[in-house]
Amino acid sequence: MARIDCHHIRHAYGPHPKSDKDYALKEVHHAFEDGGAYALLGPSGCGKTTLLNIISGLLYPSHGELLFDGKDVTNLSTQERNIAQVFQFPVIYDTMTVYDNLAFPLRNRGVPEPDVDRKVRDTLEMTGLADMAKRRARGLTADQKQKISLGRGLVRSDVNAILFDEPLTVIDPHMKWVLRSQLKQLHRRFGFTMVYVTHDQTEALTFAENVVVMYEGEIVQIGSPAELFERPKHTFVGYFIGSPGMNVMPVAVEGRSARLGSQTIELPGAPKAGTTGVIELGIRPEYVRLGASGMPVSIRKVEDIGRHKVVRASFEGRDIAAIVGEDEVIPADPKIAFDPAGINIYADSWRVEMGG
Amino acid sequence: MDKTWNNKAWFMVLPVLVLVAFNAIIPLMTVVNYSVQETFGNNLFFFEGVKWFQEVLNSPRFHASLLRQFAFTGLILLIEVPLGVAVALAMPRSGPWVAVCLVLMSLPLLIPWNVVGAMWNIFALPDIGLLGYVINAMGISYNFTSQPLSAWFTVVLMDVWHWTSLVVLLAYAGLVSIPDAYYQAAKIDGASRWSVFRFIQLPKMKRVLTIAMLLRFMDSFMVYTEPFVLTGGGPGNATTFLSIDLVKAALGEFNLGIAAAMSIIYFLMTLLVSWLFYTLMTQSEAEG
Ligand SMILES: Nc1ncnc2c1ncn2[C@@H]1O[C@H](COP(=O)(O)OP(=O)(O)OP(=O)(O)O)[C@@H](O)[C@H]1O
Ligand SMILES: [Mg+2]
Repeated sequence: MARIDCHHIRHAYGPHPKSDKDYALKEVHHAFEDGGAYALLGPSGCGKTTLLNIISGLLYPSHGELLFDGKDVTNLSTQERNIAQVFQFPVIYDTMTVYDNLAFPLRNRGVPEPDVDRKVRDTLEMTGLADMAKRRARGLTADQKQKISLGRGLVRSDVNAILFDEPLTVIDPHMKWVLRSQLKQLHRRFGFTMVYVTHDQTEALTFAENVVVMYEGEIVQIGSPAELFERPKHTFVGYFIGSPGMNVMPVAVEGRSARLGSQTIELPGAPKAGTTGVIELGIRPEYVRLGASGMPVSIRKVEDIGRHKVVRASFEGRDIAAIVGEDEVIPADPKIAFDPAGINIYADSWRVEMGG
Repeated sequence: MDKTWNNKAWFMVLPVLVLVAFNAIIPLMTVVNYSVQETFGNNLFFFEGVKWFQEVLNSPRFHASLLRQFAFTGLILLIEVPLGVAVALAMPRSGPWVAVCLVLMSLPLLIPWNVVGAMWNIFALPDIGLLGYVINAMGISYNFTSQPLSAWFTVVLMDVWHWTSLVVLLAYAGLVSIPDAYYQAAKIDGASRWSVFRFIQLPKMKRVLTIAMLLRFMDSFMVYTEPFVLTGGGPGNATTFLSIDLVKAALGEFNLGIAAAMSIIYFLMTLLVSWLFYTLMTQSEAEG
C-alpha cells in the first residue's frame, strides 16, 4: 500500500520526440493518495494504458520520476514495485487449471503453500469460479477467463497498488455490477491504492471517490464526481461527463456580462482581468431553465428519457440542450434563462476563475 | 428453388484423376506387382505370394539398416527441435534485424539436396576441407570416409545445418503470434524466464512444433541424396540408411522382388509412425 507520485512524467513511444504531438503522455504531475480509489476516465488513445504501464513498470517513462511513498522507483522492475495489474483482454495460462492460474503469482513469489491455498480459495469464492477450480483454463468462456485475470490481480492482497485497465469490458452487465461491488468491498477491507481505467463515465462516477479525466496525453482534471459536474476545469470534461454534455458557446466578455449574438448574459462574477484567447461560456443542460421569460429559442426536438426530458433547441443559431422535469410543460413561446450557479467561463478551453 | 444435377461436371476432374493415376497409383501397383512375383528375365513372372516379405523381414541386413535409420532420425529430431526452438527464441521479435534473420535462416533450405551433400563432402575432407582440416589440427583423428563415427558425425551435422532452419522458422511463426499482453501479465505475476517459456511460449508453439516434428520425421526417415553424395552409405555399411539400402538392392543387385517388398514395408512404416505421432500430439491437445 503506497502513495504514488508521478513527478513531471512524459512519455513518447518513438525514439526522437520533437513536438508535443510525439508524446503519448504530455505531462503528468499528480499524486495518487495511499489507499485511494481512483477512476481514470478518458477517450480512446488519450494515454490511460500508457500511464498505467508506467506506474507498474511495464514501460519506463522518457522523462520524469515515479515515487512510491517518497521512494524513487523509476528504474525498478515490475517485480520490485510489487504491483498488480489487470488487462483489458483476458490473459490466462492455457495449460494450467483455474486454481493454478490463481496460485501462479503467489507461487512465483515463494508464498508458503498453505497460504497460497487459503488465498486462492478466497479469491475463487469471490469471483464465482469455485466450482471450476480443477478445470483447465483453456476451454472457458471469455468472461470466465477475464475473471481468472481479475483473480490473479486480487489474490495478492499485499500489493502496493492494483491497476485495472478496463477489466470488465467483456463481462455481462449483471456480473459487471457484482464484480464491481466486490472490488469496492475488497478495497475497503485491504486498503490498497486502486486505479481503475474506464471509458464509461457511469462506471467511473459510481465507482470511485476520485475521478481523473485524461485528454490527449494530459490529466485535465481530478476531482470528486460532483466537482467534475459542477466545475469542469476544461471544456472536454464538460462534454465528456454528463449526458447530454455541457453546452459550450463562444462569447465576448465585458466585465460581468457576456455577449452572444444579440443576447447579453449576466455572469456570476467578472473573469480575471487579462483573460485572452478564445473565450467560451459553458453551461450544463441541467442549469438551462426553460420558461416564459428570458432569451428566445426555437425548439427542434424533445427527447423523453424517463425521469426527465431533454429539449434540443436552437439559440442564436447554435444548438443548445436543456433538461426539464418530466411533468413540466413546454411553453408555446419558449424562452431560456441561465442559472448563474451553473455558468463557467473558459479561455482556450481552460476554466477561468470569476471574482465575486 | 430446384437444384439441377449435372453429372457431366465429373468429366472436368478426369484429367486430374488420370494424372494422379499415372503419377502415383500405377507406379505403386507395379511395385506391388514386383513384390509378389519372381522373374528370371525374358518378362517371365511367377507368383511367389509373401515370400519376399518374409525374406526381408527376417533379414539381418534389413534389421541393421532399419536400426540405423531410427538412430539417425531420432538423433536429428533430438538435436534439431530443441536447437530450432532455442534459435527462434533468440531471434528479435521486431525491428530491422527480423528480415535479415529470416533470410539467413531460409538460405540452407533453398539449397538442393545433392549440392548440400557435395558441399559437405568437400568441406569435411580431412586434408583440404576446412572442417576436416580444423578437426584434425585440433588433434582429433577425423576421416569420414574411413571412420564410421566420423561419418555419422558428418551426416548428422550436415542434416542439422540443412534443416534446423525449418524448425526455427515454424517455431518463430508460433512465437510472434503471442500478443504482448501475455508477456506483460507474466511480468506482473512475477514469472521467471523459464515459466514464461513453459507456460506461455511452449503452449503457443505446440501446434507448429507438431508440424515441424512430423515434417522432420518424414523427411529424415526417407533421407537419401545427402548421405548418398557424402558417404555413399559407407564406410562399409555404417551410414546405409533404409533408402540407400533399398536402392542398393534394386539397382545394385537387381533384386526386384526384395526391393519391392522393402519399398512397401518402408512406405507402410513411414505412414504408421507419422499417423501414430500425429494422433498422439493432437490427442494431448484435445484432452487439455
Ligand atoms: N506500443 C506503442 N507504440 C507506439 N505508440 C503507441 C503504443 N501504445 C500506444 N501508443 C499510442 O499512444 C497513445 C496512447 O495510447 P494508450 O494505449 O495509452 O491509450 P488508451 O487511453 O489506453 O486508449 P484505449 O482506451 O483505446 O485503451 C495512442 O495515440 C497510441 O496510438
Ligand atoms: Mg488502453
